Amino acid sequence: MRSILFQDKTIFWMGLCFLSLAIAALFLPNWIVNNVMFGLARGLAVLGLMLLWRTGLVSFGHALYFGIGAYGVALLEKYTGTTDIFLRLICAVIVSAIVGYLLGFILRGYRAIFFAMLSLAFSMVMYGILVKMEVLGSTDGFSVSRTTFFGWVPESKYALLLSLIIVCMASAAFVQVYLKSSLGQLSTAIKDNEIRVEYLGYSVARAVHVKYVISAIMAGLGGGLIAMALGQVDPDSMVNWTVSGELVFITIMSGAGSVVAPFIGGVVFAFLSTYASEFMPHAWQLVIGATLLGIIFFLPGGIWSLIEKLWKRGERHHG
Amino acid sequence: MQLFITILIDGLTYSSYLFIVSVGLTVIFGVMKILNIAHGSFFAWGAYGAAYSIGLAANAGFPAWFGFILILLSAILVGLVLGVIIERVILRKMYDQEEVVLVLATFGIFLILEDLILLVFGVNPFFAYQPMAYLGNIKLGGISRDVYSLTLLAAAAVIAIGCWYSLNKTKWGNILATVIFDREISLAIGINVQAVYTATFVLGTALGALGGAYIAPTVSVAPGFGIDIIILSFAVVVIGGLGSIPGAVIGALMVGILRAIAVHQMPELELFVVYAVMALVLIVRPEGLFAPAVARKI
Amino acid sequence: MDNSPILRVTDLHKSFSGIVAASNLNVDVAEGEIVGVIGANGAGKTVFINMITGYLKPSSGKIEFAGKDITGIEPRNATHMGVCRSFQVSQVFMTMSVLENMLIALSVSKDRGFSILQAYDRPELIAECEQIMARYNLSEFRDLEVSTLSQGVRKLLDIAMAIVSEPKVLLLDEPTSGVSSEDKFPIMDVVIGDLKKSGTSVLFVEHDMEIVERYVDRVLAFYQGEIICDAPPAEALKDPKVIEYVVGSDHDPKKPARKSTKKTARKPAKKSSGVRRA
Repeated sequence: MRSILFQDKTIFWMGLCFLSLAIAALFLPNWIVNNVMFGLARGLAVLGLMLLWRTGLVSFGHALYFGIGAYGVALLEKYTGTTDIFLRLICAVIVSAIVGYLLGFILRGYRAIFFAMLSLAFSMVMYGILVKMEVLGSTDGFSVSRTTFFGWVPESKYALLLSLIIVCMASAAFVQVYLKSSLGQLSTAIKDNEIRVEYLGYSVARAVHVKYVISAIMAGLGGGLIAMALGQVDPDSMVNWTVSGELVFITIMSGAGSVVAPFIGGVVFAFLSTYASEFMPHAWQLVIGATLLGIIFFLPGGIWSLIEKLWKRGERHHG
Repeated sequence: MQLFITILIDGLTYSSYLFIVSVGLTVIFGVMKILNIAHGSFFAWGAYGAAYSIGLAANAGFPAWFGFILILLSAILVGLVLGVIIERVILRKMYDQEEVVLVLATFGIFLILEDLILLVFGVNPFFAYQPMAYLGNIKLGGISRDVYSLTLLAAAAVIAIGCWYSLNKTKWGNILATVIFDREISLAIGINVQAVYTATFVLGTALGALGGAYIAPTVSVAPGFGIDIIILSFAVVVIGGLGSIPGAVIGALMVGILRAIAVHQMPELELFVVYAVMALVLIVRPEGLFAPAVARKI
Repeated sequence: MDNSPILRVTDLHKSFSGIVAASNLNVDVAEGEIVGVIGANGAGKTVFINMITGYLKPSSGKIEFAGKDITGIEPRNATHMGVCRSFQVSQVFMTMSVLENMLIALSVSKDRGFSILQAYDRPELIAECEQIMARYNLSEFRDLEVSTLSQGVRKLLDIAMAIVSEPKVLLLDEPTSGVSSEDKFPIMDVVIGDLKKSGTSVLFVEHDMEIVERYVDRVLAFYQGEIICDAPPAEALKDPKVIEYVVGSDHDPKKPARKSTKKTARKPAKKSSGVRRA
């Protein structure tokens, strides 16, 4: 396990990219920093979806965990007054892990459209509860206070961005180690041939379950962090099915080729939606929809496949 | 008693409306194996078409009953225009893709159609109360009801019987059954599968639009009209069994009546109940209550 | 010398909603024995194999492996205990290279518990895979994607993936079906030669009587769900019942058609689990 962590090229380059992002953010204007934060937080959820996508599973209800993470942070503050980043993150992880673990027992037996529909149903159950329950903030949701760091209340958003970068880096490294492991390879092989995996001596159900829980935790972390970045939570922008659809869209747009792809995709999406909704407020969904169709038709490997192509071309020129 | 009748009437009206919307979804899935998210937009386009044209007709001095013709016309028009374009231009190129990818493609179409509504009709809501006012109210078991909503029941029944009849008793139904059973064999025996697909998609689209057009006079038609309905119709068709028309009837009745009970008894559970039942059905009988069990292959 | 059989099947019976697929199956297989399973299509050969490896649960009867009851065991547990199989339609990872297929098979059989989080492409695993690939004539295809390879190579890979965990009993379901006739013997030479060396007991389903004659120690002939003959090949292939019901029907003109429908029904097996597995 350790050997993957220190020898893997992807992890090295990713570390370098995140480090330069952290330095660059010191000089970047606020609106860019904001978009980067939203993009990275969504990227975490997308990282989770990408894991499932590699097994051929599409969760059309991952907003469930996105929402659980976000509401976990908000309710933790409401009932205990806690605003500390570590407790918030731990809360988001634990709650989404528990829910993912429990639902995983059911979902691990489903494939294709039935997996998509059942995860959608679960997320809509949660949406139905949140929207109608006064105690849970109803359609208005809650506001989330500024995040503190062991009692220190930072002036700028930089501290939060830095934590976000660290969480993303750690999650991506973890996922990379997982994907390179026997279990990770096996789980990817499930998409190819389930019967063979079972006969090789590993439970397909368990492999899918493990993957599902990891992906739930990633989405929970993303949700918790976006709640902190936005300073509020509400059902329509965090749990409704359109959010799940948006996350799936970013997954397809990013491509499943690398653990870095979800973050690139997330940030691209954040800028795309900001620009589109600014310059054509009535047509930005149109842009998104057309992009989705375009990618399905012309770029099935997503943005990452483009980057890979450029990278290879660059290598050829140098070599 | 009063409450019971209210719940029953509310439930049945709501069920009828859900059925009209969902039956198009289930027909498209049954034949083409596409779980069509864009169906929500067809619904919204139907509603906008009806509300807009009824408003125009009322201003031009047409009689109120003319609204019913407009409702039907907008459904047919949406079916023909959107249905043909989307099937021919986009979906036709994707039939060899996985089901899940097709769902994503229809999500893309959904997003595009949603914004096209904004571009064409603007952000202000439309009201087209004329047909509803024209039919007036009626007392049922001591409760005043608008007649218009009650006609929904009749419309749903006509559609259900019509679908059942054309699928089971006509030549067209036989052809459809063959295509559903095996696409390759159908091609081999000379069925024009492409044409069947286009016709099915147009029919499904028109039914979705009809649901929207029919409901338009009872509500204010505003942006985002199709967002909730699509997931509700997913619940309906999943509960009944994807691709099954009797299933859509049962699913619509269950969702409609459960929701009516929740609205009157425990409003905070209104949405929860519907989706909890959907999840439960998927857990216990994933192929839906009414779909024939598929034999295990190997 | 230990005479107890490695695999013992007692009174095994299977029916699908009233239709009997297998009945009164009693078989002992000794360590290192090579057993050929013959019979027309639908005679119950694959049902027999599927029951032993846990894909189907028998309606009644008992399967013992090395003295332990393994009736109705999950396929993966059968694999753990040392009962492995190959498939009529090769079950390999089509979108991966031969080496990747082998690495996944090997790493799964080696890594238990938390060690399953180790890298799957560790140098020592690669070395071991290369050794097995050399034994099974797969080395030249090492980095090619399986979907580009011939049926014969896929069959070999399928079997090579089944033996990485060094099973005690290996069941091969039609190892040469779909393989061109000039490849049949070389493939069987490689496979049976290797399995004999490791002392593995083998049961293999086969339609080609030449292959049966050349490689097996013993023949089990199936007809309508029952074993009608259990004898050494020279004897079995002369048995009038076997000639009438098995060897003769092998030339039945209907056979290819029936076989091909069977295969297309099988191909979507992976997809059919779309609804729900388990």
